[in-house]
Amino acid sequence: MTVMTYRDALNAALREEMRRDDRVFLMGEEVAVYQGAYKVSKGLLQEFGEMRVVDTPITELGFAGVGVGAAMVGLRPIIEFMTWNFALLALDQVVNAAAKMLYMSGGQYNMPMVFRGPNGAALQLAAQHSQAWESWLAHIPGLKVVAPGTPADAKGLLKAAVRDDNPVIVLEGEMLYNVKGEVPDGDFVIPLGKAEVKRAGTDASIITYGKMINVALTAAEQLAKDGVHVEVLDLRTLRPMDVPAIVATVEKTNRAVVLEEGWEVCGMGAQVVDYIQRECFDSLDAPIVRVHQADTPMPYAKSLEKFAKPDVAKTVAAVRKVCYLD
Amino acid sequence: MARKKSDPAAAALNRELLRSMLMQRRFEERCAEAYALGKIGGFCHLYIGQEAVSTGTLSMLRPDDYVITTYRDHGQALARGLSARAIMAELFGRSDGCARGKGGSMHLFDKQHNFLGGHGIVGGHIPIATGVAFAIKYRGGDQVIVCFFGEAAINNGAFHEAANMAALWKLPVIYIIENNRYGMGTAIERAASIHDIYERAGSYDMARDVVDGQDVFAVRDAVGKAVDRARTQGMPTLLEVRTYRFMGHSMSDAVSGTYRTKAELDEYLKRDPITLLRSRMQEAGEITEDEVAALDAEIKALCQDAWDFADASPELPLEALYEDVLVDTTSDAAEPAVRG
Repeated sequence: MTVMTYRDALNAALREEMRRDDRVFLMGEEVAVYQGAYKVSKGLLQEFGEMRVVDTPITELGFAGVGVGAAMVGLRPIIEFMTWNFALLALDQVVNAAAKMLYMSGGQYNMPMVFRGPNGAALQLAAQHSQAWESWLAHIPGLKVVAPGTPADAKGLLKAAVRDDNPVIVLEGEMLYNVKGEVPDGDFVIPLGKAEVKRAGTDASIITYGKMINVALTAAEQLAKDGVHVEVLDLRTLRPMDVPAIVATVEKTNRAVVLEEGWEVCGMGAQVVDYIQRECFDSLDAPIVRVHQADTPMPYAKSLEKFAKPDVAKTVAAVRKVCYLD
Repeated sequence: MARKKSDPAAAALNRELLRSMLMQRRFEERCAEAYALGKIGGFCHLYIGQEAVSTGTLSMLRPDDYVITTYRDHGQALARGLSARAIMAELFGRSDGCARGKGGSMHLFDKQHNFLGGHGIVGGHIPIATGVAFAIKYRGGDQVIVCFFGEAAINNGAFHEAANMAALWKLPVIYIIENNRYGMGTAIERAASIHDIYERAGSYDMARDVVDGQDVFAVRDAVGKAVDRARTQGMPTLLEVRTYRFMGHSMSDAVSGTYRTKAELDEYLKRDPITLLRSRMQEAGEITEDEVAALDAEIKALCQDAWDFADASPELPLEALYEDVLVDTTSDAAEPAVRG
């Protein structure tokens, strides 16, 4: 085990996969000379050169499409979006091209590529830079979607994403890049589609993913002081979702809180709730409670932003509600 | 070059060009018939009138080059050498189709022919073509990619983003604008701020040319230069090929009367690319009236064969719905990108 930041874990994953396979290249805005807008690609230009670490013009639609074309003829592109907010301009390539090429070609052209970048809100970046897009992306058949919340998961899931022969969306987080954690040494790859229990418990389950893992674990720690033992399930992959792991934790605790960063309507949490009612309705001792962002664009003002975001206090309150403690 | 009476090689080539163009014409006439009978569904965009563009362009490529195009893709697929049977089966939505019946008229694909698809979003495939050219350069090959699109696509952001990168990075791509004057029903003068649209390449310091798209030899000459530029210098070209579609935008669109007049259509029909080539060959003594009739009969039989094949091809089993969404493979064992 080595302690490293989420940023360095991603960097190690990129470096290792680029060393392993010379079809893998990184393309995006500021990935090369600038060393990455968030320094995720630090040092890669120096090691791999400008053909494999490619700075692009500010053209999300264009360079996402360049990645699609390169993947069609056998390269393995990693397309970095400076943030997923900017990737809206590229969604035609992600949704209409990458996700559908295999299907509409009758199985002839698979798309071994990764689209990655930070997702969701950071601090006071206001409405256009503070959005969580996972439910949009996970909606699409033909994509896989991962949202690592720890450095170890960041490394293991990104490596798996690069090796997968399908288009994989990797949702990172600006607020995660400096988070430190233990990362296993060696060629550490986490299979896609596998959730992980990040904290075991008996009284209620918090089902979440991505940067909300840290919110859930802090909430669980607080609740433990009051004698409430919460299990935290990290979905890690949002498509395909690990439904058996969701069922297992609900059957164990009989109470569930679903925590996500984004908006409520058509959010990921709605899908989790549906799996629960479909697969283990009779195991529930209380209605499920969802915790999510307020149903507004993100405000700039610090106090309002804090009020809009899901946080530890809201999560603790939700757990207390499903446990009928208030 | 290809017009000398005494050159048997040129005569043989011209006969192949005529065969290719006539095949597209007769095939699509059967498509229209099949559409009326309900054997072809969805959107179906015919290429009739533009056959010199596909044949002229694709006759200049090597088998290991790449081709990508729009939803008006039947003609280019045939000219690239895809089997008429597999195309018709695709149009009929059957399991022997070139995309297993999953793509239909707008999404013809054939990996064996490096035919990277018909694409349905205007302009969306132009960055993809640019990415294929990037991959060619990345691997150090001398292939090229030809990317067809209509004149309406050049007002689209995807075109400009891709053209800029192709010129900036010196990529071996040939962008062919098939300027048939109408983006669906909107005339070019009502959509583009300049009408000599090949000049758009000037914004990117890219080589460009304009060519008569009803003259297969003119298309071949211009494409030949562009292919040479891409293959030997790795440089892109924007070619505006001026042509005309003799049919409506799609099967639901009247041939004339709303956005273009019958008089205009009649004027363009005088420059039918197949008639022009045939007349030239007849004047040069390269083909006789009887030989044209025999060729036409042979092609009609091939089209009937394609129809019969498609009609007999099995419907897809229902479980095929869930196939081809994802592959279940990974690349844990790396292959080299640059092959010897």
